[in-house]
Amino acid sequence: MLEIKELWAGVDGAPILKGLSLAVNAGEVHSIMGPNGSGKSTLAHVLAGKEEYEATAGSVQYLGQDLLEMAPEERACEGVFLAFQYPVSIPGVSNTYFLKAAINAKRKYNGDQEIDAFEFMQLVKDKSKALNIDTALLNRPVNDGFSGGEKKRNEIFQMAMLDPRLAIMDETDSGLDIDALKVVADGINSLRGNGRGFIVITHYQRLLNYIVPDYVHVLNDGKIVRSGGKELAEELEEKGYSWLTERDDAHGG
Amino acid sequence: MSSSEVEELQQIADQDYQHGFFTDIEADEAPPGLNEEIIRFISAKKKEPEWLLEFRLKAYHRWLQLEEPSWQFVKYPPIDYQDIIYYSAPKSLEDGPKSLDEVDPELLRTYERLGIPLEEQKMLAGVAVDAVFDSVSVATTFKEELQKAGVIFCPISEAVQEHPELVQKYLGTVIPINDHFFAALNSAVFTDGTFVYVPKGVRCPMELSTYFRINAANTGQFERTLIVADEGSYVSYLEGCTAPMRDENQLHAANVELIAMKDAEIKYSTVQNWYPGDEEGRGGIYNFVTKRGICAGDNSKISWTQVETGSSITWKYPSVILRGDNSIGEFYSVALTKMKQQADTGTKMIHLGKNTRSTIISKGISAGRGQNVYRGEVRINPVADNARNYTQCDSMLLGDRCGAHTFPYIDVRNNTAQVEHEATTSKIGEDQIFYCQQRGISEEDAVSLIVNGFCKEVFRELPMEFAVEATKLLEISLEGSVG
Repeated sequence: MLEIKELWAGVDGAPILKGLSLAVNAGEVHSIMGPNGSGKSTLAHVLAGKEEYEATAGSVQYLGQDLLEMAPEERACEGVFLAFQYPVSIPGVSNTYFLKAAINAKRKYNGDQEIDAFEFMQLVKDKSKALNIDTALLNRPVNDGFSGGEKKRNEIFQMAMLDPRLAIMDETDSGLDIDALKVVADGINSLRGNGRGFIVITHYQRLLNYIVPDYVHVLNDGKIVRSGGKELAEELEEKGYSWLTERDDAHGG
Repeated sequence: MSSSEVEELQQIADQDYQHGFFTDIEADEAPPGLNEEIIRFISAKKKEPEWLLEFRLKAYHRWLQLEEPSWQFVKYPPIDYQDIIYYSAPKSLEDGPKSLDEVDPELLRTYERLGIPLEEQKMLAGVAVDAVFDSVSVATTFKEELQKAGVIFCPISEAVQEHPELVQKYLGTVIPINDHFFAALNSAVFTDGTFVYVPKGVRCPMELSTYFRINAANTGQFERTLIVADEGSYVSYLEGCTAPMRDENQLHAANVELIAMKDAEIKYSTVQNWYPGDEEGRGGIYNFVTKRGICAGDNSKISWTQVETGSSITWKYPSVILRGDNSIGEFYSVALTKMKQQADTGTKMIHLGKNTRSTIISKGISAGRGQNVYRGEVRINPVADNARNYTQCDSMLLGDRCGAHTFPYIDVRNNTAQVEHEATTSKIGEDQIFYCQQRGISEEDAVSLIVNGFCKEVFRELPMEFAVEATKLLEISLEGSVG
């Protein structure tokens, strides 16, 4: 469903991704790991279409379309979902109102009718129950005054509501204690299947104890330097990143 | 010659001129400029009683001694007060545009977006309307219902004739004629406005709005409003409308006085959308307004809610004097400045009674090259035991050429007082917009979503229909402000 070929991208003309290639098929869970500054979040933002990230070479095909040519909201409506590392707050706008606006935007894009209030509330009820989300959270303004764990859980809830084809999780585990981590991982696991593709970006291996990926990729200096199965993550946990990155450092130094 | 002799001579001179002048009373328009004769002319034209003429003259003499304030954070070229025409009979619409074809297309586009019917569009744009449409019969129905409840709701000029004792008793008691430059000017030359009296224990059966009588009375640039809520009564008053209004007069200096007796409540809501001028701010209205209410009796409440999106300059501080014990004052404001608009607005809460409470929620939004100021005063007098105030003023910036400024004055003279002040300034985040876009919401919808969320605490104070209109108005006003 997603094919990234030799992608170069950066901010203000400085390249961060340097010839990255990655293919994700429907239903697969890919984990992207790598040291700080390797370009993990850049990849997430380029795929979601954040303005200041500019792709300078290479291509990204998504369901047969040129993803880089699409506006961020178009990508979202086509089923690309980004769970943010730092979800922003929108004071005064309730979570449910926000979600309804998002669902309706998607429906409008697809030429469907707006969701009616009853159908929407039923969906909220079902999804919050399935994910074990406190409904009190839903009436509060979007991420406003939320704890770190609440924000991440809210991202997962939004994902469930919007039912994406491709979900990108940008360091969803960062800043979570082990209990919150489990809740988030459970949420993601419950959304696996149905042909949904996942790109799970993480710095630490521990998330992958709960979300078992089909593939693990190590990102360093803007490109993938090693790919493997879930055992690669365990190897990284043991040895750290340096054995994979030293050679590059020698080059750069 | 002694000074008293000079005065006497002056008086005689004035009188002579006055008599000469009165022969010309059939004129439709006073010559430009302001002097005693002009005021006598206005008063005579309106067949006012002697006491009101005295009121005007006193205000005029006070005005002469006052200086135009210059502390406000707004800039405008000097106003020549001798170049203004202070009285002209309601115009036949001959001078206005003959049809909508002659009206600024930008204005018409906005009317359309607001869903205003064609006939009303014409009225708002100052186009002559042949047939008086439905509003007359609607107004009559309303009038009957109000009469049944004993509520007086009429132009203030009519109230001067029909209920002089009420007007005389209350006019100028909240905003004294010598209050300040523009208030004194208004007291001297006010043309017309609204009078409301709600009798004891009456809950006004409907929201009172100037909207449905707008074509009946052209209130002009020096509007005067007086609302009296007698003991235990309640009234909700709506001023203005969301449609941008065209007006030939650039300076608007209105005075609004509210009086709430024991256990009474007045809710005053404004949506102000006067012509803001062009991109460079040319031709926009100067909206210099004095609004003040007094919670005269115990347990009374006055609540101001305003949505200010129009005018080239908005300069006003709807205030409450909390005299009665346990009285409550509230101020909820959204002020939007874009293009070259300037706003210096806020409130004063003067606590005199015991256990008085006030709440101030101010939301300033600046876009384009707009400048937005919150200026507020909270004063707790020595006798005001256990007074409480909560102030929250938030500013939002769209773009990097606009400005937001906050000037809070807090003066506490009683150590049982609790005064809280919170202020935030935020730039509408590209991150916020991107977050919305990532969920499928377009950039323009994202901006209006974020801004409406920002203003929510104020909008929810507006009567339902007004809130819907205000939301839409903000949306339209913000079009193209980002990106």
